[in-house]
Amino acid sequence: MEINKDLTAASSTPIVLAILAEGDSYGYAILQRVRELSGGHLDWTDGMLYPVLHRLGRLGYVEARWEVADTGRRRKYYRITTEGTAQLAEQRRQWQAVDETLRGIWQLVSLPGPVSGSPSNTLLPQGA
Amino acid sequence: MPNIDHDTALEAQIDQWRDYLSRRQAIHPVDVAELEDHMREQIGGLIAAGLDTDEAFLVAVKRMGDLDTLSREFAREHSERLWKQLVVMGPDDKGSKSAVLTDALVAFSLAVAAAVFIKLPALLGISMDSEFGFYARNLSLFVLPLLTGYFVWKRRLSSSTVRWLAGAFVVAAVVVNAFPFASEGSTLVLAALHLPIALWLVVGVAYAGGRWREVDGRMDFIRFSGELFIYYVLIALGGGLLMGFTAMIFQAIGVGVDTLLGSWVLPCGAAGAVLVASWLVEAKQSVIENMAPVLTRLFTPLFTVALLMFLGTVLWTGRGVNVDREVLIAFDLLLAVVLGLLLYSVSARDRLAPPGFFDVLQVVLVVSALAANGIALWAIAARISEFGFSPNRVAALGENVILLVNLAWSGVLYVRFLMRRGTFAAIEKWQTDYVPVYAVWAAIVVVAFPPLFGFI
Repeated sequence: MEINKDLTAASSTPIVLAILAEGDSYGYAILQRVRELSGGHLDWTDGMLYPVLHRLGRLGYVEARWEVADTGRRRKYYRITTEGTAQLAEQRRQWQAVDETLRGIWQLVSLPGPVSGSPSNTLLPQGA
Repeated sequence: MPNIDHDTALEAQIDQWRDYLSRRQAIHPVDVAELEDHMREQIGGLIAAGLDTDEAFLVAVKRMGDLDTLSREFAREHSERLWKQLVVMGPDDKGSKSAVLTDALVAFSLAVAAAVFIKLPALLGISMDSEFGFYARNLSLFVLPLLTGYFVWKRRLSSSTVRWLAGAFVVAAVVVNAFPFASEGSTLVLAALHLPIALWLVVGVAYAGGRWREVDGRMDFIRFSGELFIYYVLIALGGGLLMGFTAMIFQAIGVGVDTLLGSWVLPCGAAGAVLVASWLVEAKQSVIENMAPVLTRLFTPLFTVALLMFLGTVLWTGRGVNVDREVLIAFDLLLAVVLGLLLYSVSARDRLAPPGFFDVLQVVLVVSALAANGIALWAIAARISEFGFSPNRVAALGENVILLVNLAWSGVLYVRFLMRRGTFAAIEKWQTDYVPVYAVWAAIVVVAFPPLFGFI
């Protein structure tokens, strides 16, 4: 199953903010966490994360700083700000509303396809 | 197991990838560093999972995503980056930083020197108000040797070339100052007008460095001249605004600064600005689009329409050209403008591209300019004996012939190119080969006209 582009784009803000709410992180680690959390369903093109992070920075939701990682390379770390936390709460309310609406509808209509059961993914997971 | 060969191969691949990424305008060096860290971590993870370095690199590049899409995303987030800014000093290139600084320092020192030069005669008692002739004759000699010096320094020209360039300036200085010009006579005015054109060739030889004999070297000088003109006009507008406001606010407190502005700020600024504008053009040439070709694109159709309307009106009404003293000069200027339009569209055109609509337009412009000029020449030729051969008229006629020959042959070459019988390079070569002709004619006007016409 591949999640379409619009949904990926729309969910990127809350997902990134939520991951940063767990603790400061950097691009590669954020992507790993996304893959882990989504069970490989959400497969972002790696490069696209960075414009998203920069946008969140411009909006004041995250702050960036350069640090030297244990590998000796300079690495850019991101930290969620107070405004970012507030935004995350707001996004959470909105997504919950969407989720509840959908749940209600799913019960009323019958659709072909897997509705229940474990996600038996036969495809190779994308994460390393 | 670490393998030295594989590591160096990987480094080379990453270098190549980084270079490729750095060329994207919307992706800044700091972003490249961030993405590179990502790449390296990704590659490391993949190698740890059992891939060899080549495979790991390929997978990491693939996961990073298509660079066009990526740079579009960056551009959407950082739209200001699509507006190229003239950053004379790049943030990362430490090696060239001192070179850039030295360049700026030299240019500004020379600008100050030009300002001093232009005021030096006044300090020696030759006042700007009373000695009009002296300043008119020598104006280009205050500034152009310094500009030539800048390029001599920048291009590290050999001492034999420098001797030739210096010799040209010395000869020019001797000629215009030794001739017994009648005060405010027409040969003096002609010499004052033509000397900068002749000496501009000397600047060009210095600018092109060792490449003056090559078409590309001369074409670069033509591009430089056009950009310099535009930058100079912009600086002049800014300077005018500055002086206007200064005069206004000082007037408000009852202090007159007109003399200060007129005899110090204006001449010093005008002289120094030549050097500063040249330095700017040099500094920005790879950073910002050239302006002259853009203006050319804009005005070529408009001038073509204006000329066609003029020709149509002449044909429709049967009106002849009113032959008065200035008419030839007006048509000289017209040809010069058309030549400029042609020259700067040639300078910006991809020489390998096939003929297109704009090329047809160019031919229509040249042909209609030639026709308009032909009408004027016809009218003048009929009455030239009436007027007699004054220096002004001979100079104007000579210029008309020079421009006419250039445009006529350009028209022929252009038509050949449109019919795919000739190459665009032939037009380029013709235009760049012709550059010395203007300077030689200007030199003739400066050196030969005064004695020929008795220094009137």
